[in-house]
Amino acid sequence: MHSIDLIATVLMAFGAFFMFTGALGLLRLPDFYTRLHATGKCDTLGEVLLIVGCMVYQGWSFLTIKLFFLMLFIFIANPVATHAIMKAAYVTGVKPWKKGEERR
Amino acid sequence: MGSKGVKAFSMIVTFCIMFVFWVLLSAWVSYHETPGHFNLLHVCEGIIAALIVTVISHELLIPEKGEKVLVKSLRLIPYLGWELWQIVLANFDVAYRILHPKMPIDPRIIEFETTLRSDFALTTLANSITLTPGTITILVEPEKGKFLVHALAKKPADALLVDKTMQKKVAHVYMEE
Repeated sequence: MHSIDLIATVLMAFGAFFMFTGALGLLRLPDFYTRLHATGKCDTLGEVLLIVGCMVYQGWSFLTIKLFFLMLFIFIANPVATHAIMKAAYVTGVKPWKKGEERR
Repeated sequence: MGSKGVKAFSMIVTFCIMFVFWVLLSAWVSYHETPGHFNLLHVCEGIIAALIVTVISHELLIPEKGEKVLVKSLRLIPYLGWELWQIVLANFDVAYRILHPKMPIDPRIIEFETTLRSDFALTTLANSITLTPGTITILVEPEKGKFLVHALAKKPADALLVDKTMQKKVAHVYMEE
Protein backbone atom coordinates (compact mmCIF):
# COMPACT_ATOMS: atom_id res chain seq x y z
CA MET A 1 0.00 0.00 0.00
CA HIS A 2 1.38 3.38 -0.96
CA SER A 3 1.66 6.07 1.66
CA ILE A 4 -0.52 8.33 -0.52
CA ASP A 5 -3.33 5.78 -0.38
CA LEU A 6 -2.97 5.68 3.39
CA ILE A 7 -3.21 9.47 3.75
CA ALA A 8 -6.22 9.61 1.42
CA THR A 9 -7.94 6.83 3.36
CA VAL A 10 -7.36 8.54 6.70
CA LEU A 11 -8.71 11.87 5.37
CA MET A 12 -11.78 10.22 3.84
CA ALA A 13 -12.41 8.22 7.01
CA PHE A 14 -12.38 11.44 9.07
CA GLY A 15 -14.71 13.04 6.50
CA ALA A 16 -17.12 10.13 6.72
CA PHE A 17 -16.94 10.30 10.53
CA PHE A 18 -17.99 13.95 10.53
CA MET A 19 -20.80 13.30 8.03
CA PHE A 20 -21.99 10.48 10.30
CA THR A 21 -21.85 12.78 13.32
CA GLY A 22 -23.93 15.33 11.44
CA ALA A 23 -26.57 12.73 10.60
CA LEU A 24 -26.61 11.47 14.20
CA GLY A 25 -26.96 15.02 15.47
CA LEU A 26 -29.95 15.53 13.20
CA LEU A 27 -31.65 12.62 14.97
CA ARG A 28 -30.51 13.28 18.55
CA LEU A 29 -30.66 17.06 19.03
CA PRO A 30 -33.88 18.50 20.47
CA ASP A 31 -35.12 21.29 18.18
CA PHE A 32 -34.87 23.01 14.81
CA TYR A 33 -32.01 25.40 15.61
CA THR A 34 -29.75 22.85 17.25
CA ARG A 35 -30.37 20.36 14.43
CA LEU A 36 -29.24 23.01 11.99
CA HIS A 37 -25.99 23.20 13.95
CA ALA A 38 -25.35 19.52 13.29
CA THR A 39 -26.30 19.42 9.62
CA GLY A 40 -24.91 22.78 8.56
CA LYS A 41 -21.51 22.55 10.21
CA CYS A 42 -20.27 19.03 10.64
CA ASP A 43 -21.07 18.59 6.97
CA THR A 44 -18.79 21.47 6.01
CA LEU A 45 -15.69 19.86 7.48
CA GLY A 46 -16.89 16.39 6.42
CA GLU A 47 -17.28 17.36 2.79
CA VAL A 48 -14.01 19.28 2.75
CA LEU A 49 -12.10 16.33 4.22
CA LEU A 50 -13.66 13.96 1.66
CA ILE A 51 -12.66 16.32 -1.16
CA VAL A 52 -9.11 16.73 0.17
CA GLY A 53 -8.92 12.94 0.35
CA CYS A 54 -9.97 12.75 -3.30
CA MET A 55 -7.35 15.37 -4.18
CA VAL A 56 -4.59 13.38 -2.47
CA TYR A 57 -5.77 10.11 -4.04
CA GLN A 58 -5.99 11.58 -7.54
CA GLY A 59 -2.49 13.03 -7.41
CA TRP A 60 -1.46 16.33 -8.96
CA SER A 61 -3.56 16.75 -12.08
CA PHE A 62 -6.10 19.07 -13.60
CA LEU A 63 -8.86 17.57 -11.49
CA THR A 64 -7.10 18.83 -8.36
CA ILE A 65 -7.89 22.40 -9.36
CA LYS A 66 -11.53 21.58 -10.02
CA LEU A 67 -11.82 19.83 -6.66
CA PHE A 68 -10.17 22.83 -5.00
CA PHE A 69 -12.77 25.17 -6.50
CA LEU A 70 -15.52 22.79 -5.36
CA MET A 71 -14.13 23.07 -1.82
CA LEU A 72 -13.94 26.85 -2.03
CA PHE A 73 -17.57 27.16 -3.14
CA ILE A 74 -18.76 24.80 -0.40
CA PHE A 75 -16.97 27.06 2.10
CA ILE A 76 -18.74 30.12 0.72
CA ALA A 77 -22.20 28.65 0.03
CA ASN A 78 -22.68 26.47 3.11
CA PRO A 79 -22.70 29.22 5.80
CA VAL A 80 -24.87 31.46 3.63
CA ALA A 81 -27.51 28.75 3.18
CA THR A 82 -27.40 27.82 6.88
CA HIS A 83 -27.79 31.47 7.86
CA ALA A 84 -30.71 31.91 5.44
CA ILE A 85 -32.62 28.92 6.87
CA MET A 86 -31.88 30.08 10.43
CA LYS A 87 -33.08 33.62 9.72
CA ALA A 88 -36.26 32.33 8.05
CA ALA A 89 -37.05 30.23 11.14
CA TYR A 90 -36.30 33.11 13.52
CA VAL A 91 -38.39 35.64 11.59
CA THR A 92 -41.40 33.30 11.36
CA GLY A 93 -41.22 32.79 15.13
CA VAL A 94 -39.95 29.27 15.77
CA LYS A 95 -39.23 29.18 19.51
CA PRO A 96 -35.73 28.01 20.46
CA TRP A 97 -35.35 25.08 22.85
CA LYS A 98 -33.88 25.84 26.28
CA LYS A 99 -32.07 23.51 28.65
CA GLY A 100 -34.47 21.49 30.80
CA GLU A 101 -37.43 21.61 28.42
CA GLU A 102 -38.85 18.55 26.75
CA ARG A 103 -37.48 17.71 23.32
CA ARG A 104 -39.73 18.41 20.37
CA MET B 1 -5.42 57.15 -9.16
CA GLY B 2 -8.55 58.90 -10.40
CA SER B 3 -11.91 57.17 -10.54
CA LYS B 4 -11.37 56.32 -14.24
CA GLY B 5 -8.05 54.68 -13.43
CA VAL B 6 -9.62 52.65 -10.64
CA LYS B 7 -12.46 51.57 -12.94
CA ALA B 8 -10.08 50.44 -15.67
CA PHE B 9 -7.91 48.66 -13.09
CA SER B 10 -10.88 46.81 -11.56
CA MET B 11 -12.17 45.83 -15.03
CA ILE B 12 -8.77 44.47 -16.12
CA VAL B 13 -8.30 42.52 -12.89
CA THR B 14 -11.82 41.08 -13.06
CA PHE B 15 -11.39 40.12 -16.71
CA CYS B 16 -8.07 38.36 -16.04
CA ILE B 17 -9.51 36.42 -13.10
CA MET B 18 -12.65 35.42 -15.04
CA PHE B 19 -10.70 34.32 -18.10
CA VAL B 20 -8.16 32.31 -16.10
CA PHE B 21 -11.08 30.72 -14.25
CA TRP B 22 -12.78 29.84 -17.55
CA VAL B 23 -9.57 28.32 -18.92
CA LEU B 24 -9.11 26.27 -15.75
CA LEU B 25 -12.65 24.95 -15.77
CA SER B 26 -13.38 24.25 -19.42
CA ALA B 27 -10.58 24.75 -21.92
CA TRP B 28 -8.12 22.09 -20.93
CA VAL B 29 -7.44 18.42 -21.49
CA SER B 30 -8.77 16.82 -18.34
CA TYR B 31 -8.39 13.22 -19.48
CA HIS B 32 -6.26 11.75 -22.24
CA GLU B 33 -9.24 10.16 -23.98
CA THR B 34 -11.37 13.30 -24.33
CA PRO B 35 -9.80 16.21 -26.22
CA GLY B 36 -10.16 19.59 -24.53
CA HIS B 37 -11.75 22.57 -26.25
CA PHE B 38 -8.60 24.63 -26.60
CA ASN B 39 -8.96 25.98 -30.14
CA LEU B 40 -9.55 29.49 -31.49
CA LEU B 41 -13.37 29.32 -31.57
CA HIS B 42 -13.71 28.13 -27.99
CA VAL B 43 -11.13 30.59 -26.68
CA CYS B 44 -13.06 33.42 -28.37
CA GLU B 45 -16.23 32.18 -26.70
CA GLY B 46 -14.39 32.21 -23.38
CA ILE B 47 -13.15 35.77 -23.94
CA ILE B 48 -16.69 36.95 -24.79
CA ALA B 49 -18.16 35.22 -21.74
CA ALA B 50 -15.47 36.73 -19.49
CA LEU B 51 -16.10 40.18 -21.01
CA ILE B 52 -19.85 39.99 -20.34
CA VAL B 53 -19.24 39.00 -16.72
CA THR B 54 -16.64 41.78 -16.37
CA VAL B 55 -18.98 44.50 -17.66
CA ILE B 56 -21.83 43.37 -15.42
CA SER B 57 -20.00 42.72 -12.19
CA HIS B 58 -16.57 44.37 -12.06
CA GLU B 59 -17.69 46.62 -9.21
CA LEU B 60 -18.36 43.64 -6.98
CA LEU B 61 -14.77 42.43 -6.84
CA ILE B 62 -13.00 45.79 -6.46
CA PRO B 63 -15.41 48.54 -5.38
CA GLU B 64 -14.52 51.95 -6.83
CA LYS B 65 -14.53 53.76 -3.51
CA GLY B 66 -12.54 50.98 -1.81
CA GLU B 67 -9.32 51.98 -0.07
CA LYS B 68 -6.19 49.91 0.48
CA VAL B 69 -7.69 46.84 -1.17
CA LEU B 70 -4.28 45.21 -1.49
CA VAL B 71 -3.38 45.56 2.19
CA LYS B 72 -6.77 44.18 3.22
CA SER B 73 -6.46 41.21 0.83
CA LEU B 74 -2.98 40.43 2.18
CA ARG B 75 -4.21 40.63 5.77
CA LEU B 76 -7.09 38.30 4.89
CA ILE B 77 -4.75 35.37 4.11
CA PRO B 78 -3.42 34.72 7.66
CA TYR B 79 -6.94 35.29 8.97
CA LEU B 80 -8.27 32.52 6.69
CA GLY B 81 -5.59 30.14 7.97
CA TRP B 82 -6.56 30.91 11.58
CA GLU B 83 -10.24 30.50 10.69
CA LEU B 84 -9.62 27.05 9.13
CA TRP B 85 -7.87 25.89 12.32
CA GLN B 86 -10.77 27.21 14.43
CA ILE B 87 -13.23 25.30 12.24
CA VAL B 88 -11.35 22.05 12.84
CA LEU B 89 -11.10 22.60 16.62
CA ALA B 90 -14.75 23.63 16.97
CA ASN B 91 -15.94 20.73 14.81
CA PHE B 92 -14.37 18.27 17.24
CA ASP B 93 -16.13 20.12 20.06
CA VAL B 94 -19.55 19.80 18.40
CA ALA B 95 -18.91 16.15 17.47
CA TYR B 96 -18.12 15.49 21.16
CA ARG B 97 -21.35 17.17 22.25
CA ILE B 98 -23.43 15.16 19.79
CA LEU B 99 -21.82 11.80 20.52
CA HIS B 100 -21.76 12.19 24.33
CA PRO B 101 -24.56 10.05 25.83
CA LYS B 102 -25.89 12.93 27.98
CA MET B 103 -25.53 15.59 25.23
CA PRO B 104 -23.97 18.52 27.18
CA ILE B 105 -25.72 21.25 25.19
CA ASP B 106 -27.23 24.47 26.50
CA PRO B 107 -28.52 26.48 23.53
CA ARG B 108 -28.90 30.23 23.87
CA ILE B 109 -29.34 33.34 21.74
CA ILE B 110 -26.75 36.06 22.33
CA GLU B 111 -26.30 39.53 20.85
CA PHE B 112 -23.32 41.85 20.71
CA GLU B 113 -22.22 45.01 18.93
CA THR B 114 -19.08 45.41 16.87
CA THR B 115 -17.17 48.31 15.38
CA LEU B 116 -17.55 46.92 11.86
CA ARG B 117 -19.62 48.86 9.30
CA SER B 118 -18.60 47.91 5.74
CA ASP B 119 -20.41 45.19 3.83
CA PHE B 120 -17.30 43.07 3.29
CA ALA B 121 -16.33 43.12 6.96
CA LEU B 122 -19.85 42.29 8.17
CA THR B 123 -20.18 39.45 5.65
CA THR B 124 -16.79 38.04 6.61
CA LEU B 125 -17.63 38.06 10.32
CA ALA B 126 -21.13 36.62 9.78
CA ASN B 127 -19.80 33.81 7.58
CA SER B 128 -16.94 33.10 9.99
CA ILE B 129 -19.37 32.83 12.89
CA THR B 130 -21.61 30.46 10.94
CA LEU B 131 -18.67 28.35 9.71
CA THR B 132 -17.32 27.92 13.23
CA PRO B 133 -19.38 25.05 14.62
CA GLY B 134 -21.43 25.89 17.70
CA THR B 135 -22.56 29.33 16.53
CA ILE B 136 -24.85 30.50 13.72
CA THR B 137 -25.57 34.11 12.80
CA ILE B 138 -29.31 34.81 12.86
CA LEU B 139 -29.57 38.54 12.13
CA VAL B 140 -27.16 41.36 11.33
CA GLU B 141 -27.96 45.05 11.72
CA PRO B 142 -25.47 46.88 9.49
CA GLU B 143 -26.12 50.39 10.94
CA LYS B 144 -25.06 49.49 14.48
CA GLY B 145 -22.84 46.54 13.57
CA LYS B 146 -25.09 44.41 15.78
CA PHE B 147 -25.12 40.61 15.57
CA LEU B 148 -27.74 38.16 16.82
CA VAL B 149 -26.18 34.71 17.20
CA HIS B 150 -27.54 31.29 18.17
CA ALA B 151 -24.98 29.34 20.19
CA LEU B 152 -25.11 25.61 20.97
CA ALA B 153 -23.48 25.88 24.41
CA LYS B 154 -21.83 28.29 26.82
CA LYS B 155 -18.29 27.77 25.55
CA PRO B 156 -18.79 28.94 21.94
CA ALA B 157 -21.00 31.79 23.21
CA ASP B 158 -18.28 32.99 25.58
CA ALA B 159 -15.74 32.92 22.76
CA LEU B 160 -17.80 35.64 21.06
CA LEU B 161 -19.03 37.54 24.13
CA VAL B 162 -15.97 37.54 26.41
CA ASP B 163 -12.84 36.86 24.37
CA LYS B 164 -13.99 38.63 21.15
CA THR B 165 -10.93 37.21 19.34
CA MET B 166 -12.80 36.83 16.05
CA GLN B 167 -14.21 40.37 16.10
CA LYS B 168 -10.76 41.81 16.83
CA LYS B 169 -9.18 39.82 14.02
CA VAL B 170 -11.82 40.83 11.45
CA ALA B 171 -11.57 44.48 12.56
CA HIS B 172 -7.79 44.28 12.12
CA VAL B 173 -8.15 42.79 8.61
CA TYR B 174 -10.57 45.50 7.43
CA MET B 175 -8.97 48.31 9.50
CA GLU B 176 -12.23 49.26 11.22
CA GLU B 177 -11.15 49.13 14.86
